[in-house]
Amino acid sequence: MNRLIMLIFFVSSLIFAASSQARTVNFNTELTNYGGSGAYLVLYLTDANGQYQDTLWVAGRKSKYYKHLRGWTRSAGTQVFSYDGLTGASRGQGETFTITVDVADSLIDSGYQLRMDTAVEDMRENRNDVVVPLSSEGAGKAVSGRGYVKTFTYTFN
Amino acid sequence: MLRKLHSYLGLAASILVVLLAISGAVLAINPALDRAQAKVSGTDQISVADVAANIAHLYPNVEQLQRKASGSLIVYYSNADQAGADLVDPFTGEKIAPYSLSPFKRWVQNFHRSFLLDTPGRAAGGIGALLMVILSISGLFMLRTRQGGWRKIFRPMPGSIKQDLHGHFSRFAVLGLILSACTGGYMSASRFELIPVYQQVDPAFPETVNGGKPAAVDGLPALQTIALTDLRELVYPYPGDSLDVYSLRTDQGVGFIDQASGELLSYQMVGTAQKIYEFIYMLHTGEGLWWLALLVGLASLSVPLLAFTGLQIFMKRRRSMIRIKNNATANSAEIVILVGSETNSTWGFAKTLHDALSLSGYRVHSNSMNNIASTYPKAKKMFILTSTYGDGDAPASAKLFMNKIKRFTNHSNFQFCVLGFGDRKFDSYGQFALDVNNVLLDKGWNPLSSVDIIDTQSTQAFNRWGTVVGSLMGLDLDLIYRPPRISTQLLQLVDRVDYGAEVNAPTAVLRFIPAEQKSGRFFNKLRRKPRLPQFSAGDLVGILPTESDNARFYSLASASKNRQLEICVHQHPQGICSNYLYNLQLGDCIKGFIRENPTFRPQREQSSILLIGAGTGIAPLIGFIRNNHTRQPMRLYWGGRDPNSDFLYRAELEQYLQDKRLTELVTAFSRTEERCYIQDKLLADAPKIQALISEGAQILVCGGRPMSKCVSAAITEVISPLQITLEDLKAQGRYLEDVY
Repeated sequence: MNRLIMLIFFVSSLIFAASSQARTVNFNTELTNYGGSGAYLVLYLTDANGQYQDTLWVAGRKSKYYKHLRGWTRSAGTQVFSYDGLTGASRGQGETFTITVDVADSLIDSGYQLRMDTAVEDMRENRNDVVVPLSSEGAGKAVSGRGYVKTFTYTFN
Repeated sequence: MLRKLHSYLGLAASILVVLLAISGAVLAINPALDRAQAKVSGTDQISVADVAANIAHLYPNVEQLQRKASGSLIVYYSNADQAGADLVDPFTGEKIAPYSLSPFKRWVQNFHRSFLLDTPGRAAGGIGALLMVILSISGLFMLRTRQGGWRKIFRPMPGSIKQDLHGHFSRFAVLGLILSACTGGYMSASRFELIPVYQQVDPAFPETVNGGKPAAVDGLPALQTIALTDLRELVYPYPGDSLDVYSLRTDQGVGFIDQASGELLSYQMVGTAQKIYEFIYMLHTGEGLWWLALLVGLASLSVPLLAFTGLQIFMKRRRSMIRIKNNATANSAEIVILVGSETNSTWGFAKTLHDALSLSGYRVHSNSMNNIASTYPKAKKMFILTSTYGDGDAPASAKLFMNKIKRFTNHSNFQFCVLGFGDRKFDSYGQFALDVNNVLLDKGWNPLSSVDIIDTQSTQAFNRWGTVVGSLMGLDLDLIYRPPRISTQLLQLVDRVDYGAEVNAPTAVLRFIPAEQKSGRFFNKLRRKPRLPQFSAGDLVGILPTESDNARFYSLASASKNRQLEICVHQHPQGICSNYLYNLQLGDCIKGFIRENPTFRPQREQSSILLIGAGTGIAPLIGFIRNNHTRQPMRLYWGGRDPNSDFLYRAELEQYLQDKRLTELVTAFSRTEERCYIQDKLLADAPKIQALISEGAQILVCGGRPMSKCVSAAITEVISPLQITLEDLKAQGRYLEDVY
């Protein structure tokens, strides 16, 4: 079942990529002073029901720690261990950073959700640290996370 | 070779390993602290379900349970978007304290792992661990060589702790250091994937779950079977997600638990490779092994001290290095001088010879025996000057010689001459020089002269040897060796007690205190009071009667903690130094310096000590008795001439008998009617001495050479019925001699 969805999504995303416009989205994140070492973060997309769609970005390069990003690994499955999309180094406490990703137009204002899972060595792991809809309405509005994310904002270019 | 490796590597690595060791020692306290806070006893009797039930009441929004290696139980929860974590009592689920990582600990941990420099820092840490492994192991081999074998490595070491901090501390620390360096190196290597890393792939999220109504957490069968002590982590399902599951990690495996049926899903055992990694991790961090962490932490604390004392030793050796001027190349040299030296003192003599031969117009090449070339095409003569190390072994700079000489070839009209340096007091007097000489004779080489040995670096004997060898070469060789200037201390005579004038044995006990140096050096001015150098009873003081003369050595009857430097001097009619000392008046000053004699010491571990001496040989022995504060059984056998005249320290010895610093005193006097010598008393007491030796007693003998021969003969006879020989006792450090 999962695989079928994945396959459909994969094929459709290829079609989208070829046929539709993409928009550049800036994701701005500020972390709290949680008092620990570098945080692993993942930003991914699900549909309104929480079904995994796509991974936008991962911070932290050691795939053996990805299992602590539990919501992501659970919904995306073992493919995360061979994730080869956009990555960066793990992020320190109190850091503010912006990442820029091209997102297909069709994913915006269609009920899709942005989710962020976070984890820190020897500390709690936060599934769904941030959950926000990806919509024109939500753009530019800062939301605060449940765990290590202090504020999260996205804007369209 | 080993020493070079150890010292240069130590120099290069010192800062790195010191930083690693200090931060490691700080971290080593944590497991014990964590353990003290955790409630552990009895937790193997309760199941995870029991614990979860209590926690469910007190923490309705629990997200995660974690059991640390120390046994502490942590609950992660969130209330109204406010995340928190508490350390809880495993029996009741009640909060003990809020849980958070200490920023200090985290900082130290980061520093220890990476010097706060991320990947380059981590690499440096790994290199530090590797260097530490090499340093520890090379150090261990050096300890073995010094102690004379692996079995003897934990035998008492010669010398006091103060005099040999490096040796004593390294022996204490080396195993802990090897352990933490090896495990740390392994972890670093696996971090950088230099060794095959076994990475256990966690089981995938279960494909199908029950999806029914979630059961109460204590009703889950899977949790009921797991003892709390096996738990590592339990992550609760996401609230409201009926398809989510519990994620479980125990000591044995990883899996999921269905929140409706309570079944264990996709469970996977932990593999052996993973277990090995975790075991090594535990050995390194001490997490869950608090006592090991403390031991290894203590060992790490010695690293700064080892680095510092190691540097001191290195500098000391470096300073005593001698540089040869006008050293010809091996290929052009007409005369070759090869030097075997442990402490570099032989090099001083070699330099004198080198300079004198160069002055006579020869092209001379000097080098260490280890660096012997495969041939010397133009050489006509070869001199080998060598000391002996330990029990007849090659000194450091000659260790490779015996092997290399096998491959050495030279033309036939080639003469050699071996000169040994040694100390007549030791059985192995010049043994290595004799061995080298025999090997060269066996090779069929022509000796220029027969082998000769210089006793205790005598400049006169060296000069005489030069004259003989020079005449054989048709040269007028006047070898004047100037010993390196020794920094002496000014000592003032404050007390003297005279004995023995009536029996023709004028003897004096002299006591000195440090005198004010008339030196303008700033550092000396800063010191309010001049201080005695460090010494223990049994060490020697070198005394320079005049500027030009060689030092004479006297055994010390006091330790520096006694605040006085005390010696016994017997006036010899022709003795330059003994007359000089004997004629001192109160208030006169002399120049002296300390020479350590660490081998001649009573061993604390031995059941009892037998001290044997005659005449002024009592000096170190009375020093041992005086400082016997632990009241270790000590017996003194001492011989003099007449109790009414030369009974040295009579009153003091009686006092020591009273306060039990001395267990027994046996005297023998030769100018009384009894006409008795100390060896007679030993033979008379044979049964008692046999019993003492069987119980592990140690014997220390001090006196003149004739007396020491009689004593060793007597002891040999006394112990002949026992299953032990005098050689055995000597090998075990239980028969020590200080002979003059």
